[in-house]
Amino acid sequence: MLTITDLHATVDGKAILNGLSLTVAAGEVHAIMGPNGAGKSTLSYVLAGRAGYAVTGGTVTLDGTDLLALDAHERAAAGLFLGLQYPVEIPGVSNLTFLRTALNAQRRARGEAEASGAEFMKLVRIEADGFGLSMDMLKRPVNVGFSGGEKKRNEMVQMAVLAPKLAVLDETDSGLDIDALRVVSEGINRLRSPTTATLLITHYQRLLDYVVPTRVHVLVGGRIVRSGGPELALELEQAGYQDIAA
Amino acid sequence: MGGMTALPTRRDEAWRYADLAAVARVWPVAAPEVVVVAAGTTLTRDILQDAADGAVGIVQLDVTVEAGARLEMTVLNCGGTYGRIALDVTLGRGAHFGLGGVILGRAEQTLEIVTTVRHAEPNATSHQTIRTVLDDTATGSFLGKVAVARDAQKSDAVQSVKALLLSRGATANAKPELEIFADDVKCAHGATVGELNANALFYLASRGVGPVEAQALLTEAFIADALTGNDAFAARAVGWLRRTL
Repeated sequence: MLTITDLHATVDGKAILNGLSLTVAAGEVHAIMGPNGAGKSTLSYVLAGRAGYAVTGGTVTLDGTDLLALDAHERAAAGLFLGLQYPVEIPGVSNLTFLRTALNAQRRARGEAEASGAEFMKLVRIEADGFGLSMDMLKRPVNVGFSGGEKKRNEMVQMAVLAPKLAVLDETDSGLDIDALRVVSEGINRLRSPTTATLLITHYQRLLDYVVPTRVHVLVGGRIVRSGGPELALELEQAGYQDIAA
Repeated sequence: MGGMTALPTRRDEAWRYADLAAVARVWPVAAPEVVVVAAGTTLTRDILQDAADGAVGIVQLDVTVEAGARLEMTVLNCGGTYGRIALDVTLGRGAHFGLGGVILGRAEQTLEIVTTVRHAEPNATSHQTIRTVLDDTATGSFLGKVAVARDAQKSDAVQSVKALLLSRGATANAKPELEIFADDVKCAHGATVGELNANALFYLASRGVGPVEAQALLTEAFIADALTGNDAFAARAVGWLRRTL
């Protein structure tokens, strides 16, 4: 599904990713853990194609498609979803308009028929219910006045409606209370399927109590320094990153 | 404003950002249209300034809103090489003036909305919401003067003025001016000039929305505050954005 090979990237001329390689197969959930400044968020932005993140070497493919050759919106249409650590507020644009515009833009890009109003509302209603976000909230401007937990639930609703092949979730667990964490975890688990994959980027082991990853990777200095099964997360929790990286 | 016969110069405060060469081509212009909103009544009035390319469009109104009357006005200034909508509004006791104004400029257009709102008597309210979107090397200006007379206690005047620059070569001017002679009044104004939010653009892109559609969505949201309830102008503005972005 996702193949990253020897990826190098810079931000403002400073090297942040230094030869990162990673393969995530369909049906798998991989967790990337690491200390602050290891390059976790940079990895997610580089995958999503954000301006200002320059790839200086390596390749990234999604189901064989060269992701790095695509613009950010084309990557989304190709099946990539980035769950943001800090979802953006957009005054004057309702969540429903935002999401319908996004869904139909992706469908057009893939040569599929656009969703009718009724089809879209049915889809949203199911997912909003599932993630405990009221339709009233979805009529409000994107994330404006939402609590941290509500913003993350909203990200999950978007993810479920857009149904990506690969979800990259950047610190989706940060700032969540235990209830919201449970909802988000259920969402991630619900979207697990033999044809999709998830990359969880996280600082803490907490989320992995609820979402059991296939593989855990430790990112330090812009490279993966160690990989293992779910037990590696627990080891990290006890030993800290210092010993693992050494 | 009204009654002026000599060609305005840069020294005339209300014309300082005007395209005076263009003004000279059509000077003298017709006297302002006189509008009276009779006591206790409500008037809704829309003004569209959409002169042909290269033409000059100047619309001037002298308005009196009598005691307890309400005037709800929406203006859209988007056409011509120079376009000006000038409103001189005098408010009686307890009168209300609501204005939603939008300037959409591109190429080398110079477009202006110039208002003078006179709170002549107590308890009047005025709420002005102005949104300007400029591309290329266009210039868009809002000059808004609020004059509160000595006896006009409990006046409530609000101006919200925002401009969005789609190109680095565009120029926005915002000049709110308060002239207050009463001591128990509420006058608030805020003015901002900015570009589209890069975080919002990336957020939309990350969800699959292409740059043109994302800009259109954010720009429509930006002007929506000034066009509440005016579907015809909103549709025109959307058409303008589709052609511009």
